[in-house]
Amino acid sequence: MIAALICVISIAALLQFFISYSRSIIAAHRKSDLSEQVREVVGIEGQNVGSDQFGRLVQLIRLCPQKGDDQADLKIVGVYYWMMGVLRSTARTLAPRITSWAERERIDCAYFVAVALDRRIAYSRDLLAQQMSGQ
Amino acid sequence: MLGPFDYVLTLLSFLAEAYVVVCLCVSKNSFRYLSLNVYMLAAGSVTVGGAFVLQHFGVSSPIYAYMYYYTDALLTISLFFVIMSFYHQVFQQMEVGKYVRWASVFLLSATALFSYLVVRQMPSHNLTSRFVVEMSQNLYFVGVVLTYLLWGAVVKLRETRTRLIQLVLALGIFFSSDAACYALRNLYPGLEANFLKWVPPLAGTFLPLAWAYTFTKISEDARLETARVAAPRLAAHQHS
Repeated sequence: MIAALICVISIAALLQFFISYSRSIIAAHRKSDLSEQVREVVGIEGQNVGSDQFGRLVQLIRLCPQKGDDQADLKIVGVYYWMMGVLRSTARTLAPRITSWAERERIDCAYFVAVALDRRIAYSRDLLAQQMSGQ
Repeated sequence: MLGPFDYVLTLLSFLAEAYVVVCLCVSKNSFRYLSLNVYMLAAGSVTVGGAFVLQHFGVSSPIYAYMYYYTDALLTISLFFVIMSFYHQVFQQMEVGKYVRWASVFLLSATALFSYLVVRQMPSHNLTSRFVVEMSQNLYFVGVVLTYLLWGAVVKLRETRTRLIQLVLALGIFFSSDAACYALRNLYPGLEANFLKWVPPLAGTFLPLAWAYTFTKISEDARLETARVAAPRLAAHQHS
């Protein structure tokens, strides 16, 4: 009985801590605006990124040279995006409010990856410019 | 018998622990995060000591089991001092540090006493070993409760220091995953071989990695709105 209670409380706390931890990583990128270039590459209008563009953005980010400081962030956000996808699917019929919240979180995840892509593109450009000036 | 994945996790956690200590030393923050620094040093030493014992005596030897559980209990107790230091940072302006210290010492003693009372009823000759295992389980759960209360205080007091927020949340993930693992082990012993045996090493690697990440990427001056971070229920509570 006590073990079951501890198990339920711990798993509930784990979920809450993980959600907040992921959101603390995503929140830092929310203030950044997307450049014209990345919007053109991904096909985004305005500053809004669709949640379904997450996969495509991750594929694009794999094509860019690694800056080396966003790998861990991307992994955590990837897990969080997947988790929100599961939550959205399971809560669809039971709790529409949770579904719309999960969808907003997925949009934030996609926006986070778009900002990371933007930074990698800028980094690649700098690398290229350095090489050109070296020649 | 340990596999390559175990060795990778051991190496990763040791590197991350050493990195945090060096990082705090270089940024001259060793005394600011003294308890965290001590914990990381102790955890690094335990990782090296554990690898040595494993190499010489094997994973199924009683010496390794003793070392694992005793050092685990000691490390968990030192993590309590880390939590206390976080409480101290959160309540710094309210000057309630003294009460926090006393409350933590009381909680720690109460947990030890409760564990002893539970173990005393068991028909076993090996009282000390059982006591350590029982106390470890209980300490993890008390750790979850303390970290959750701390997180509640962070949200309620609208603490904005990003570094502190991430340190607390990483600690929360560590404690709650380990506490859930111990509880699931008691409920479903069959899960141990395939799934649960991976949880403590993964959580043990996650914590130094997450702290290393925080100390590297998040500056001391970085600020964050807690309302943006808190999971929906807590955020809603804050707005009310």
